[in-house]
Amino acid sequence: MKLSQLEVGQKGIVKEFTDMEMSVKLMEMGCLPGEEIRVDRIAPLGDPIAIRVSGYQLSLRKFEASTIILHKN
Amino acid sequence: MKADIRVALVGNPNTGKSTLFNVLTGLNQKIGNFPGVTVDKKVGYAQLPDGRTAEIVDLPGTYSLYPKSQDESIVFSVLADRSSALVPDLVVVILDATNLKRNLLLYSQVADLKIPVIIALNMMDMANKAGITIDINALAGQLGVPVIPISARKLEGVDKLKQAISFANKIALQQNSIDVRSIAPDVVDSISIELNIDNPYFALQLAHQHEHLKFLTPEQSNRIEQLKLEHGFHSQKAQGAETLARYAFINELLYDTVKTPATAHDETFSNKIDRVLTHKIFGFIIFFAILLFMFQAIFSWASYPMDLIESFFMWAQDSLNNALPAGPLTSLLVDGVVAGLSGVLVFIPQIAILFAFISVLEDTGYMSRVTFMMDKLMRKVGLNGKSVVPLIGGFACAVPSIMSTRTIENWKDRMITIMVTPLVACSARLPVYTLLIALVVPNQRVWGIFNLQGLALTGMYVFSLLSAIIVAWVFKMILKSRERGYFIMELPVYRMPRWSNVAFSMYDRSKSFVFEAGKVIIAVSIILWVMASYGPGDRFEQIEQKYARTEYTFNFSPDELKTLTATEKLENSYAGVLGHFIEPAIRPLGYDWKIGIALITSFAAREVFVGTMATIYSVSGGDGDTASVLQKMRDAKNPKTKKPVFTVAVAFSLMMFYAFAMQCASTVAIVYRETKSWRWPAIQFAYMTVLAYVVSFITYQWLK
Repeated sequence: MKLSQLEVGQKGIVKEFTDMEMSVKLMEMGCLPGEEIRVDRIAPLGDPIAIRVSGYQLSLRKFEASTIILHKN
Repeated sequence: MKADIRVALVGNPNTGKSTLFNVLTGLNQKIGNFPGVTVDKKVGYAQLPDGRTAEIVDLPGTYSLYPKSQDESIVFSVLADRSSALVPDLVVVILDATNLKRNLLLYSQVADLKIPVIIALNMMDMANKAGITIDINALAGQLGVPVIPISARKLEGVDKLKQAISFANKIALQQNSIDVRSIAPDVVDSISIELNIDNPYFALQLAHQHEHLKFLTPEQSNRIEQLKLEHGFHSQKAQGAETLARYAFINELLYDTVKTPATAHDETFSNKIDRVLTHKIFGFIIFFAILLFMFQAIFSWASYPMDLIESFFMWAQDSLNNALPAGPLTSLLVDGVVAGLSGVLVFIPQIAILFAFISVLEDTGYMSRVTFMMDKLMRKVGLNGKSVVPLIGGFACAVPSIMSTRTIENWKDRMITIMVTPLVACSARLPVYTLLIALVVPNQRVWGIFNLQGLALTGMYVFSLLSAIIVAWVFKMILKSRERGYFIMELPVYRMPRWSNVAFSMYDRSKSFVFEAGKVIIAVSIILWVMASYGPGDRFEQIEQKYARTEYTFNFSPDELKTLTATEKLENSYAGVLGHFIEPAIRPLGYDWKIGIALITSFAAREVFVGTMATIYSVSGGDGDTASVLQKMRDAKNPKTKKPVFTVAVAFSLMMFYAFAMQCASTVAIVYRETKSWRWPAIQFAYMTVLAYVVSFITYQWLK
């Protein structure tokens, strides 16, 4: 399950990343393995999305979200 | 000013770092919620309780010491370059108490450089409101550094922070956060030995960033590169491992010291606002309504102070002309320097109002929502959500807008934004458009509510935005970049704007406009004055003699003689000769040599057009008298065909020329400054001139 597949309001826990370059940037911003992510909103045109992670709101593009693999729950 | 201790302020964007800087130094400056607004290194001075003076350096906001944009790369350079004059004795790391986890990442990196550190724990009031409890003593104990709770907006705890600065140790006492050496032992050890470094984290950072560090010699940099290859150092892997280790350390630390309730109050409040402001339909309607209001404000509110500035300079020119003896020096001062100065200063009201709006939009957090909403649309044409700000700003003036592109991390996105921003109809084009539209578009109502002239003007504005988008798309196809674009941006919670910061932003931007653009505009005005006031050979004397003859002095009043002489002198001046020289080239666009002069003079600044037209059509009554310029231009006849010069085709062709041509010396100068090479301004100048010529040609031939 990728982060980009979540609907608004759904949560997931980060398992791993598929893209090294992106993962370095995402981890710096607090998107770490084991961290819970909730999708807060999707931009009016369908991209980017806004997520809640580590106690704040972060926006990222769908493509970037698709590099984040979530645990099955 | 001499300081006893140098203090660097370091922190994430949106932590209130700039507000703290203002409070500490009393020297206010630009601040915003949009990540990365604090661009230039700001310096101020603070009086410490023990009577010493501290120099405070405000470093750009960053999430880590690994830079993602140009501004952020300053932070590590300043902290690491021990030989530089700017090296701080003490670092104050400012942390957002409502968002400690992510904020502590940067702290732990800075702390590991082993510079003396103090933590300023900001937004304590918000943290309390959100029910977050922080055991400050435990936090300070575990980290081994002083932790001072403050709320900079409410001025709470600032005195304690100043006290802590004055008591600060000269040696770093902080606890180690992570075992840095274990991330890449071979590389850290070999670099440490090679460059005689005793700090493992500094050695590791050099391995990552050596290519971009100015304080390393090329030999040192090459040696580091060699060592990296030798030991198979993988920069991204090492950085990932470091980040994971740091967050593990932070989680442990926070587990003991911070209790956070399940949902913080503030985020839900922000979420409610966002449900409206980033709504599928209302989101865009509100955004466009705000834009519309902004333009209305820029044009209507600014008109009164602009009129005042213009009349002041007209008065100044008149009184200088009367007070000083007539001669070339007076003329240079009055028609060159003062006229140039007025051309610069008249834009201050518009720039100040534009930046008041931008500052409020950034400060409240709304601008990042605009970025969020527009990113997909902008990306399609090779821009970035963050390009929206400069493009909107371009409606006022391209110069500060191009300065604001520094927040765009991606090189290609930033270059394209810089390249197309001058196409957006800036305020300098407004007087040109209003004059030409008044000339050929009838002043009548259509469909009952719209004014035809107003519609034509709106059309020019919409057209400018469309052309910027199309050109951006073309650049997207041409420019090659290995760098991948990404968009990972914090959405800060909504806050009330700080009016003192808004006021300072107006002052700061106006000042930098006057000093950056002012120099160029005045220089070019002086050159133009020389070109318009002197002619080759003895042509000017012959004209003087001609009009001194009795057949003229008898038939014309002194005023009429004056304008006749001035007109003929202009035709025979260097500018006039140049106008005649380029006439064959601009004839297919529908222009004569007189318009040619206006085109040449407009290369200093577009608004010069109206003034030049006034001079050429010898209007008595000064530069600003648009109504009479209008009448003279309407009456202007082609000497051969006896038809009016300014037909619909010529006027629209001219408007197209002004829409596309790079007629702004200040923009050229700022693009050079921002891109640090003449290549970009040269490309920009070339493509815009070619586009201007082609579009004007098509327009004229089509409407003729």
